[in-house]
Amino acid sequence: MSKTIVLGIGNVLLSDEGVGVHAVKALVQQYDLGEDVEVVDGGTTGMELLPDLEGADDLVVIDAIRAGQPPASVVRLEGDQVPAFFKTKISPHQVGLSDVLAALTFKGQAPGRVVLIGVQPVTLSLGMQLSPEVGARLDKVLSLVVGELAACGHPATIRT
Amino acid sequence: MSTRITIDPVTRIEGHLRIDVEVENGHVVKSWASGQMWRGIEQIVLDRDPRDAWAIVQRICGVCTTVHAIASVRAMEEALQLEVPLNAQYIRNMILAAHTLHDHIVHFYQLSALDWVDVVSATKANPVTAARFAEGISDWEGNSKAVMFDTQERLKTFVGSGQLGIFANGYWGHPAMKLSPEVNLMAVAHYLQALDAQRWANKIVGVLGSKTPHIQNLAVGGVSNPISLDSQSVLTIERLLEIKECIDKVGAFLHNCYFVDVAAIAASYPEWLSLGAGVEEFLSTPEFPTDTRSTQFMMEGGFLHGDDLAGFKKMSGFGDPYFTEGVAEAVTHSWYTYKNGEDQLKPWKGETTPAYTDFQEEGKYSWIKSPTFYGRPAQVGPIASVLAGLATGHQPTKRYVEQLDAKVHSLSGPKLTPANLNSTVGRHAARLIRACVVYENLLANWNLLMKNIGDGDMTTFNKPTFPKGEIAGVGQVEAPRGLLSHWVVIKDGRIANYQAVVPSTWLAAPKDHEGQPASYEVALLGTPVADSERPLEPLRTIHSFDPCLACAVHLTDLENKTAVTVKAL
Repeated sequence: MSKTIVLGIGNVLLSDEGVGVHAVKALVQQYDLGEDVEVVDGGTTGMELLPDLEGADDLVVIDAIRAGQPPASVVRLEGDQVPAFFKTKISPHQVGLSDVLAALTFKGQAPGRVVLIGVQPVTLSLGMQLSPEVGARLDKVLSLVVGELAACGHPATIRT
Repeated sequence: MSTRITIDPVTRIEGHLRIDVEVENGHVVKSWASGQMWRGIEQIVLDRDPRDAWAIVQRICGVCTTVHAIASVRAMEEALQLEVPLNAQYIRNMILAAHTLHDHIVHFYQLSALDWVDVVSATKANPVTAARFAEGISDWEGNSKAVMFDTQERLKTFVGSGQLGIFANGYWGHPAMKLSPEVNLMAVAHYLQALDAQRWANKIVGVLGSKTPHIQNLAVGGVSNPISLDSQSVLTIERLLEIKECIDKVGAFLHNCYFVDVAAIAASYPEWLSLGAGVEEFLSTPEFPTDTRSTQFMMEGGFLHGDDLAGFKKMSGFGDPYFTEGVAEAVTHSWYTYKNGEDQLKPWKGETTPAYTDFQEEGKYSWIKSPTFYGRPAQVGPIASVLAGLATGHQPTKRYVEQLDAKVHSLSGPKLTPANLNSTVGRHAARLIRACVVYENLLANWNLLMKNIGDGDMTTFNKPTFPKGEIAGVGQVEAPRGLLSHWVVIKDGRIANYQAVVPSTWLAAPKDHEGQPASYEVALLGTPVADSERPLEPLRTIHSFDPCLACAVHLTDLENKTAVTVKAL
């Protein structure tokens, strides 16, 4: 069975910056995921994520990004777009995560496929809540993530 | 005629740091370090329950999550004068030690070795010669011919794929790179093996902390790990044995690989033992408390000037007035303002009010404040910790300093002295010595925990009670990058003020109210720069501090120089 990791990253002290972490928390609350799906709250870390990401077949990253889109936009990037995306420094976390991915690639343990679900923040002000606009897009983010999981053979079911 | 070089951002660090240097006749003559992120945790914990702060403040940083959490609970405990059960002390000590080992290994191999090791040159090495050299200096299991062949194959594929990743920013073929292709290949092999070693260290943090990143097991008054000899859901003997296995694996890597590699770098780059000295005032805190009141420690800390070991002033423990009365922060060159315009404020009275200008060489130029200890900037970090050990006759410190010196000598390198530890390569040497000492502490705490549990003590928590009125406390941690302190004022059981003075604040600060530079800026002066288009040498010095600027937030707008187009869904 293939191993899939859903990684949410971001700083939950900075409102929308923490959307990735809020999303993975909502994901495990709202869905039953298969045993082969691992959900990681990566918070603000960089190299500490190395062991978590080793040897995954599929990696789905959820993060706040600055992609020049209207606030609260949701975007999806895949494959070659992802490392390029990290190089352009539109995410505050790309330094840590791109280093982690590069180290894993060199070791031959990089994820087979990387998909990034990004959300353009409305605000990065101090606060532990998402803005109402971004909060309202969480369902969209989760449905995209669940779609990714289904595509790699891990259908999720809504908790009742 | 001088050349101005701006490195922004400095890569292979956590967070966003900008370095500016002016180079004249091939050497740095002026320097500025600028933290490009603003930190706001202080405000977010205001008026919250002090028992919740640790879980929030550990989210401020990408690397040091664990140490912020520990500093926070210690601050509350110090304010309450609350005793911490022995089991909780040992468990916290083990988490801190394992976290430190993880940091030091990753820092040396993944984040800074590439300043000294030319990865591309390793593709041209003779693997047989590389293995012969490596086996000649260590009996580490990862030095065989098979390993060198395999590493080189992997490297050729990786370099050939054009996906250099982190390696893309390296200055391959730079004249300051001096290792032979074979030594480079050995180092690349160890770079890969370090990825395994860091995993074992991280696993210890994960098992004890319930989760990594961002541990879950702390509490003001102890830890939340119930200990039971027979229940599966808690800390059992089985889990403790699993931890011991990880400790042993990390130890083997540390002694046979990391130790030897640092010696090889020191012997190959002797001139870097006289370059990159930071400020000469060293400050550290005692660490690894072994009694419930935190008065006995496995490592001492305190203050000393230069290499004057005899003049060492020891801190008696957490909350020593010698420490709390000595620390103050200036914002003269920082993008903050103090409402009454003071030169400096003590952390308990600290304010965090932004006042952004832009980068002004003579004015404000950083989001980092400028802390001082009795009016002088101080260098925190592994050198301070090692010097404190030497000054107090700490046997493990002394032993590892002697062993490393002997190893460097056997590789025809220069002598290591307390004075030349304050240098770019000396900082790596001190970090290694500290890692070895911390490893011994990790093992010792494991033994103490096993014994204490064996004696029937299962206590892990003392319940805190917050009084009416105002109390203040400080939480001190000798974190991987050096002295970390969290300062809290609690009023009627709620947080009334909170300030974190982090190691990189001490090191990366802009000039203080009297124009005195901190360690990054001092260390850059005199650094040679062979090629201003490829400023490898300043990066070596900055990386040697293990910069961590992520105790902060991105306020600055990151430029989107993108070639990537994205589509909204």
